[in-house]
Order: sequence, then C-alpha cells, then structure tokens
Amino acid sequence: MKKVFKRPESLTDKPMHYCPGCTHGIVHRLVAEALDELNIRQDTIGVAPVGCAVFAYDYFNCDMQEAAHGRAPAVATGIKRVHPDKVVFTYQGDGDLASIGAAEIVHAANRGEKITAIFINNAIYGMTGGQMAPTTLLDQVTATSPYGRKAETEGYPIRISEMLSTLEGAAYIERVSVHDIKHINHAKKAIRKAFEYQLQGRGFTMVEVLSTCPTNWGLTPLESLKWLKDNMIPYYPLGVKREVE
Amino acid sequence: MKGNEAIAEAAIQAGCRYFFGYPITPQNEIPAYMAKRLPQVGGTFIQAESEISAINMVYGAAGAGARVMTSSSSPGISLKQEGISYIAGAELPCLIVNIVRGGPGLGGIQPAQSDYFQAVKGGGHGDYRLVVLAPSTIQEVVDLVQEGFDIADRYRNPVMILGDGMLGQMMEPVEFGKRKPAELPPKEWATAGWKGDRPRAVINSLFIDPQALEDHVKKIYKKYKAIRINETRAECFNCEDAEIIVAAYGTTARIVRSVIEIASKEGIKVGLIRPITLWPFPAETIRSWAEKDHVKAVLTVEMSMGQMAEDVTLAVGGRKPSLFYGRTGGMVPAPLEILAEIKKIREGALK
Ligand SMILES: Cc1ncc(C[n+]2csc(CCOP(=O)(O)OP(=O)(O)O)c2C)c(N)n1
Ligand code: SF4
Repeated sequence: MKKVFKRPESLTDKPMHYCPGCTHGIVHRLVAEALDELNIRQDTIGVAPVGCAVFAYDYFNCDMQEAAHGRAPAVATGIKRVHPDKVVFTYQGDGDLASIGAAEIVHAANRGEKITAIFINNAIYGMTGGQMAPTTLLDQVTATSPYGRKAETEGYPIRISEMLSTLEGAAYIERVSVHDIKHINHAKKAIRKAFEYQLQGRGFTMVEVLSTCPTNWGLTPLESLKWLKDNMIPYYPLGVKREVE
Repeated sequence: MKGNEAIAEAAIQAGCRYFFGYPITPQNEIPAYMAKRLPQVGGTFIQAESEISAINMVYGAAGAGARVMTSSSSPGISLKQEGISYIAGAELPCLIVNIVRGGPGLGGIQPAQSDYFQAVKGGGHGDYRLVVLAPSTIQEVVDLVQEGFDIADRYRNPVMILGDGMLGQMMEPVEFGKRKPAELPPKEWATAGWKGDRPRAVINSLFIDPQALEDHVKKIYKKYKAIRINETRAECFNCEDAEIIVAAYGTTARIVRSVIEIASKEGIKVGLIRPITLWPFPAETIRSWAEKDHVKAVLTVEMSMGQMAEDVTLAVGGRKPSLFYGRTGGMVPAPLEILAEIKKIREGALK
C-alpha cells in the first residue's frame, strides 16, 4: 500500500504534549516539512524557547539547543557565527520573543543575523497559565488582565512584524495564520521562503504565525480558530512586511 | 603588556575564536583587543546588546562546539548569572572574565574583590559550581587563561577568571605559550549539524522529571569531586616558620608579599597562603598550616568586607584564631596598614 501521509523526517516520533486543538503542533509540522522539502535537515540547528514549545528539542529531528526565556536569538547568533554554513532557526512564543526577549530579537534582526525566527503569536502566555502577553488584544481577558487589557494601563498590543520590518538587517518578514487549510498551506510557503532566504545569506528572516491557545482562551479548538480569524487578523494584518530583493 | 590585553591575547593563543561582550569599565581593553585581533585570525567578535545577550551567545557558540569567552565587570557579571547557570546546567565549556569593581549597585570603577561570594558560591540559581581562578601577576593571567579553557573543556563546565581593575590595568612583561595546551577529546556532543553518525546533539538544562534532574545534578557533582581532587591550587610563601599566616588572593596577595618583606626586616615572621583556585578552595592547605605549632593566627586580607574570610575560617576550623582585615569600595589596603594589623594580632597572640 502506498503511504500518502507520513511524519516528516524532520520530526521525531516522540508524542507531542500540546493541548488538543493547539496550533503549535501544526506549525512544528510546517517547519519540519519545509526542512524536508529543502533537504536541509542534516544541516539545520534549531533553538527551542521557554514556553509551551520548550520541548521542541525533542520534536525536531535535528541538532537542537534549548535557550533561556527570550534568549533564543542570542543563542542562535552564537551558533550561526560558529557554523555559518548551517541553517539556524529559533521557535519562540510571544512572551518569549516580544516581552522578555524583545532586545534579543531586535538586535539579532538589526545585525542581519542569517537566522530564521518562527514566531508564534497566540496573544497569551500559554505555559504559565494564561497571563497577558505584549500581543494580548485590547479588552482580552487573561489571568493578569482580569478586567480585559486596557490601553491606558497595559498599552497596546505590539505588532512585532511591522516593528522589525523597519530594520535594514531584516531580509524577509511575513505574518501568516494557521486557522484554515488555505492559510496553513500559505504559512508553509512562507516558512520555506524564510529558510531559502537564509540559505541565500540574505539576512534576518522571520515568520510570525497567528496561533491559538484554546486552553487559556477558554474556547474549544473550533471556537479558537474562529476567534483568531475574527479578532486577531483585523489587528494583526497578514502579509509580507518586508522583503529585500 | 597590560593585564586586560594579556587576557585577550592569551585567549587567542589558547585557540579562542569567539568573543561576545558589552562595554563596562574597567575591562574595556579586552573587547577592544578582541575586536581588532579576532578578525585577523578568522574569529568573530560581537558587541552584544547587553551582557544577557552576550552570555547567551556564549551558550550558543559553546553548544556549537567552539572555544568561546566573554568578559565583563561586576554589574555586568550580575546580569550574566542566569546564562551562567544555564551553561553549567547544560554542561558547556567557556571562559568568563570578571574584572571586579566595587559594589553593591553601580558601586565604583576602582579595583575590588567584593564579587567573591557571587563567583564562588553560585551567583546564578541551582546546584552548580564555577571553577574560579585568581591570578596575581600578568604572567599568571596568561597561564591561567590557557589552563582555564582546558579545564572548561575537560570537565565541560564554565570557568571564571576573577581579576580586578588593578590587575587589568597593570603592565608587566609576559611570555606566551608557557603552559602547554591539554589534549582533549573531540566535542561530539556539540550541535554542528546531524548526519546520523552519532546521537542527535541536544544542548539542554531542562529535566522536568525530578528524579532525572537529581540524577543529572549528581552526575555534575561527580565532576566537581574530580575537579576538587585534580585542580585545587594554592601558593604557599614563607610559611615554614611563620607566626602569622596571611590568606590573600589576586592583587591583595601582591601587596601582602611586600608586607612580608617589611615585616621580616622587623623580625616578624609572616607567611602567605595564596589560593589560585577560589573554587575549588584550597581548604586542606590552609588547615594543614593552621595546625602547625609555630602558627599563632591566620589573617585574611581582602578588598571586601570579608568574603573569602568565611572560607578561611571554615578551613582553620577553630585550630587558631582566624581574623580579617579588609578595605572595600575600591580602596586598596596599603602594606603598612596590613603590617599594623599583623602587629596588633601578634601582640594579642603573644600575651
Ligand atoms: C526568566 C524567566 N522568567 C519567567 C519564566 C516563566 N515562563 C515560562 S514560559 C513563560 C511564558 C511563555 O509564553 P509564550 O512565550 O507566549 O509561549 P507559549 O507558552 O504561549 O507558547 C514564562 C513567563 C521563565 N521560565 N524564565
Ligand atoms: S497552553 Fe495553549 S499554547 Fe500551550 S499547549 Fe496548551 S493550547 Fe497550546
């Protein structure tokens, strides 16, 4: 019998620990498929974050390093400078990348580090139990914004892709979503393109993926996908934010 | 050669090709030297956006198999502590230089030894140890940089050189290459791309199962036991018939040497025990001298309010009085101050 659907080689057979309906698993698969398609798994070194994806080092079937919270771009910088011929990627949540690691991502991008950041924006801190993230939407209720996020006291949600796209060192930045098949297919293309840009040595690349956290949003997986589409996409417009030819 | 530049050149001669740092006085000559020299030898220098980033770049490069270092001074070293803990937890080798200045807080920029606790007792979180080397001459700086890298690689553990602004700015003639590099196994554990010809490399300090974490820490502590046995170093000077033994390291030990000279002219027999490794601490050496009948008291002299003094007192173990004299905040004790302290102790001990 011919196998029509199988695990990408770039994923291990370790069962993932993500909650039912969480889109982390989908994005892992997209990254792995991109690595497979480009045939670069053996030449790739990944960096896992602190956040729900902390065990990414158990899931990606390539050499991996686990970084301190927010520091993945610095760790990736160290790796890439030692192995400039390898593909280096970070996989980071929005607490990790946009809050505690804001300095690291800005300066890695600004130096034009030839790395790829996969940025999971789920508008919340998943791992620690649903606290407010820098990307939490206005009026969104979280454990630490129990009355809803207010601009006067908590500021506005940060649009990281737009922010980083002002930096000369950034070669390719795109925001994508994984709330339906069409968008998932496009997200994969974007991730693949980021790796291609890295292979061509063009500079820093990042794909921001709008994602769900059904557990901490207090919604079913299906409701979560709809909430993402109805609430996140209007504030976080999809598309290419920067592309250097 | 200036102490700070000697550190940098010694690192390059020891095969270090990666340096990540952030400016802070009084160690700025180290990154400046590296910025100039590393590109000449095919290496990489990055002025990071912060000490936090610098130490995490060290983590990445060390995990990728490189010989790598960073340097900073006290407030910057405080910022690096989370990274140092991760480096120790993930068993990565690297060299960290702390050219200590006075604290706490922003403190001052003059030489101090008030980061002893931070260096020797942890600094970062969790069960781990740093190997801490304390040179007292520029030649020793050069030798210990080579040795520090070798110890780091041999045991897969971070090593710190604890200096101070005086040592960093001082000029002395040096000879490179006096310490022969160690023979070390290839770093098969490093992330360098995985062809399937070895187990997949994962650099990590997370062990979510408490039993696994305890096992991991116990494994690391086995290394620490070996480090204690193999790497503990101290210099004993003039201790053979000393009435008073002074324990001092680094710059302070240099000052104590001139105290010994002046004292001997006055017929006072003073000895020096100079720990070269602050961790592992040469407690055994101190204990064995404290036991001798001719030794009446042990005096620890530091540029701090008394940090190493606690370890000395522990080592002396009540065998003799263990006393302390120190200046802090960037104040450097003068030989005659120390001598006056010795005379006071001697009078008390002879009474
Ligand atoms: C220095 C430090 N501060 C805080 C934490 C606790 N912590 C772990 S994960 C996390 C937030 C993760 O959220 P995010 O990056 O959005 O990822 P997600 O879990 O949503 O995928 C925090 C605050 C930590 N591990 N280290
Ligand atoms: S807590 Fe949220 S982000 Fe984390 S695995 Fe569960 S659904 Fe996914």
